[in-house]
Amino acid sequence: MEGLNYIGAGLIVIGAGLGIGKIGGSAMEAIARQPEASGKIQVAMIIAAALIEGIGFAALFAA
Amino acid sequence: MKIGNYLKILFFSLFLTVTASAQHGEESSKEEAHQPEGIRAQIEEVKKHHLADSHDFILVSTKEGKHVGFPLPVIIWDNGLKVFSSSKFHHGEEVAVVGENHYKLIHHKIYKSDANGNVTEEHGHPINPVLDFSITRNVVFIIFAGLLLFLAFRSLAKSYGKNNGIPTGIGRFLEPIVLYIRDEIAIANIGEKHYKKYMPYLLTVFFFIWLLNLLGLTPLGANVTGNLAVTAALALVTYLITTFTAKKDYWKHIFWMPGVPLPMKIVLAPIELMGTIIKPFSLMIRLYANMFAGHVVLMSILGLMFIYKSWIGSPLSFGLAFFLGVLELLVAALQAYVFTMLSALYFASASEEHSDH
Repeated sequence: MEGLNYIGAGLIVIGAGLGIGKIGGSAMEAIARQPEASGKIQVAMIIAAALIEGIGFAALFAA
Repeated sequence: MKIGNYLKILFFSLFLTVTASAQHGEESSKEEAHQPEGIRAQIEEVKKHHLADSHDFILVSTKEGKHVGFPLPVIIWDNGLKVFSSSKFHHGEEVAVVGENHYKLIHHKIYKSDANGNVTEEHGHPINPVLDFSITRNVVFIIFAGLLLFLAFRSLAKSYGKNNGIPTGIGRFLEPIVLYIRDEIAIANIGEKHYKKYMPYLLTVFFFIWLLNLLGLTPLGANVTGNLAVTAALALVTYLITTFTAKKDYWKHIFWMPGVPLPMKIVLAPIELMGTIIKPFSLMIRLYANMFAGHVVLMSILGLMFIYKSWIGSPLSFGLAFFLGVLELLVAALQAYVFTMLSALYFASASEEHSDH
């Protein structure tokens, strides 16, 4: 079945989206609690998002 | 006039010219038998040309197949160094005859063939390529970017001496970025003691990747970082630097992680060893995929503009492509930042000493 490729791609995007969404959400909560630390939280959020996106792209190329 | 008004006028006129030309394309492609197939084939052609590397430097090409550009030198190693001009390939249609060897260009790769252009095949794919060191379009852009960076930073360095510590010219834009990389990326991760020896590489890789990404977005640009070989080379350098400047604690943490029970130590060792390879590998894939996918999507949407020859489809596609282009600008800088930041993290774990725990 050649359509399975696209189902796999969809699953990958769901996984990456959930992961990055969770990070973004908790980052925003943390910034709301402590606005002075927003610089560090932003940096950490970008790093985590990039790592997850890296996995997402690698899997997307395999699919 | 304020700069905002200039930008609005520029955007609107670009919008008008591009959509107008997209609608004029209807008359000139009437010689195609089926219009959708013809225009789709042309779009595929343009996309492939932009995304792949090529042995000649084509600036523009007309519909009849004539190109404005110049051929680049081909340098291959085939029991001896052979240098010839890529015009002998005639854009992949002819077999190049050099001395008594024949070479054929298939899918932008050079293979050794006989006089008629047959290559030894296996499962339908040709299998005897030659070692190719040619100056292709990507190499030209890399050299160009290196030259630009050298000139920009040289002027910054010279201006420190002349103007008593305050930079002038392009240095005024670059200096805060350099300081940011030094303070937030290098010192924050690697620490005061060891950051200095990693600084040249971190600065180079940040500005190099950023400039190459930006150059790929310009009209005549080649998509250099969207090429697996280029990102592999950058990731390889990061890997070599982590391996060769690593202290004893780094290797201890990989092979014999302190502080865990013995069975766990044996389980962790192969995983950590694979991790040293996988981490630079992920650097390579991340940069490559972001740039390649971004360009594919951008060109596809621009191509949509030529397929929908309507008065509403083309402007919408253009608007979407415009906003995607702006997003690509952000992604260009972000990917450079992420590559640099992760390289700094790997260097930090390599140069960490036991007293830091």
